[in-house]
Amino acid sequence: MAVLTIRDALNQALREEILRDENVFVMGEEVAEYDGAYKVTRGLWKEFGNKRVVDTPITELGFASIGVGAAMAGLRPVIEFMTWNFSILAADQIINHAAKMLYMSGGQFPVPIVFRGPNGSAYQVSSQHSQALEAFYANFPGLKVVMPSTAADAKGLLKSSIRDNNPVIFMEQERMYGIKGEVPEDEDFTIPLGVAEVKREGTDCTIVARSMTVPLALQAAEQIQKDFDVSVEVIDPRTIKPLDIDTIINSVKKTNRLVIAEESHSFASVAAEVTYQVMDGAFDYLDAPIKRLSTAETPMPYAKNLEQLALPSVEKIVAAVKEVCYL
Amino acid sequence: MPKLSPTMEEGQISRWVKNEGDTFEANETLAEVDTDKATMEMTALSGGTLLKILKGGGETAALGEAIAIIGQKGEDISALLAETASNGGAKAPEITAATAGGESVSNGAESKPQPAAPPPPPAEKPATPQPAAVPQTAPAAVSQRDSGSNGRMIVSPIAARMAADNGIDLRSLTGSGPNGRIIKRDVESALQAPAKAPAASFTPSTVVGASPFRDENTSQMRRVIASRLAESTGPIPTFFLTVEIEMDNALALRKQINATLTDETKISVNDIVVKVAAMSLVKHPFVNASYQDRTIRFYEQADIGVAVAIDEGLITPVVRGANLKGFAEIGAEIRDLAAKAKAKKLQPEEYTGATFSISNLGMMGIKEFTAIINPPESGILAVGGANPTPVVRDGQVVVRNIMNVTMSCDHRVIDGATGAKFLQTFKQMLENPVLMLV
Repeated sequence: MAVLTIRDALNQALREEILRDENVFVMGEEVAEYDGAYKVTRGLWKEFGNKRVVDTPITELGFASIGVGAAMAGLRPVIEFMTWNFSILAADQIINHAAKMLYMSGGQFPVPIVFRGPNGSAYQVSSQHSQALEAFYANFPGLKVVMPSTAADAKGLLKSSIRDNNPVIFMEQERMYGIKGEVPEDEDFTIPLGVAEVKREGTDCTIVARSMTVPLALQAAEQIQKDFDVSVEVIDPRTIKPLDIDTIINSVKKTNRLVIAEESHSFASVAAEVTYQVMDGAFDYLDAPIKRLSTAETPMPYAKNLEQLALPSVEKIVAAVKEVCYL
Repeated sequence: MPKLSPTMEEGQISRWVKNEGDTFEANETLAEVDTDKATMEMTALSGGTLLKILKGGGETAALGEAIAIIGQKGEDISALLAETASNGGAKAPEITAATAGGESVSNGAESKPQPAAPPPPPAEKPATPQPAAVPQTAPAAVSQRDSGSNGRMIVSPIAARMAADNGIDLRSLTGSGPNGRIIKRDVESALQAPAKAPAASFTPSTVVGASPFRDENTSQMRRVIASRLAESTGPIPTFFLTVEIEMDNALALRKQINATLTDETKISVNDIVVKVAAMSLVKHPFVNASYQDRTIRFYEQADIGVAVAIDEGLITPVVRGANLKGFAEIGAEIRDLAAKAKAKKLQPEEYTGATFSISNLGMMGIKEFTAIINPPESGILAVGGANPTPVVRDGQVVVRNIMNVTMSCDHRVIDGATGAKFLQTFKQMLENPVLMLV
């Protein structure tokens, strides 16, 4: 297997899908001549030209609309937002059009579109550019929400998202583009949407993490194993919606304790939803109240030290696991 | 004066265990106090010195009234003394430091002042300042649980489930979680420990058609009665009440009724006894009840278990809602159930879930006997034969048909007077069956 960065794994997925299906095209700000703001689309314009890789003006609402229309007409657009923060400008197209068209047209117009880009915090980009919007989009029926945490997941899930006939919110993480991992070279390697993966097996406590909190949780798990001989299981749902709650519930039934780590704010977050569903499905198996770690309820501070304190960290995850394990 | 029983309004100092000048540790007994219920130990919440006793042995104080001053050795208490003297000793704050230790161990004292919240969880958190949202939650949640834990046992769901699955009495465990929460590892260590004679526990029947019931919380007093008496006599502290019943009117009634019935539908004395007992039971809820540890289950109808001898032993098929049925209906049902019992064709729901039982050995020539309670019922009537017996009525010796009935009572639910009142109703109705119409 090749070892790729998440960035290159995404690039490979886009390239393979453009080659595989003539209806697939990429569109967004700086995706073509500049190779993408984060170089995810590197080389694609040179290889495939203007028809398949389209630069747009700085008009999120405009190019999201073009994408929805193109999808209704039978194409499979992959729309890049330079970051998900900018998608807020296009939210009407995503929420009111992409998500609802199939339903409101009585099944006549599927919208096979992927909106993708980095989500969550980066490096000191402050309040307006550090938001994690997965709970926001996952709240609307009609949208799927995907958040990979490894190179292989990034490739396999992006390919499945492009092939899916529904609008998919595909959320990457700027801090993670350079993380390397083994990626299968098979052109038909895909990972089905809606299937969680146990990233680390354990018996005493479950951590549910996604995107950037997955590597943090794995590090925390190692540290707890070493310091306290407590065995932690780490689960990455990979798809937020549809959510593979069964894998989480089965894990909690085994470990009796749950910590959820996420990069979004806590109020009405994915962690809140997972907490409810675990309470509903595994109440009698809990040995401690479920603990969650979210980003602090504040606009993201610019100052580096404050940014670090606002975000989930290995130390905070370790402390939460200790608390639910009564250590 | 702290609140040491749910209903006390004042307490009498039985004796001071500590003397003025004595120092004490947290949880040490300071004094014994007679409440309306019992003599309770008043224990210290924190360590200190008993500086001044304001109410001596034998003296009574209202709730909140100052009974002593505690503090540090050598502390100047003249201001406090003046204050308690001027306001009649009402509500000196020092005294709220003492509380009902004796009770808090078993069920948490009702108005127990909470000790300071346990130290905030992990000391291992980084020394750098925390962002607001993260640490906020822990202390807030702890203090909430504090105020909500009065008299409540805190158990994690999995611990409760494991305890139930393994028949472990949660009250025998000490919780090692925050606020004494019983958690999985507490149950696990109890499972590993050698079994130490768990208190008998009975699963109430939930047979379809069985009597509806309501559960009421067991009072502290009932719980003490239950545990003390059970210690003395075994899981069910049983006592016996015997009553002599003049059966002449009941026998006459039976004769009149049977004159109207075909041979195969005639009623027996026992059918009348069952019906009368059932009617008496619904008038005495404590007898038609079951002790469930933390609650007492009161049944709404009288489902009477009727002991039937079979080859291998005995079984008690149940006449459901006997209080609502006529003699003939009861008679027919008992005949039918007894036949099925002898043929071993009784279904479980036909012989479980009675609310009370009757064992009648009168037809076998037994004059008087005692029967063993069939848990979770609270009582059983042992019915002897109705025999012509010389008795004194209005100064004359006359012959009457006397039937001796002995009730075995579960003292955890039924007290002597409760049982006696039930038997009074039962006796009155049998002696004057017309009262059944009242």
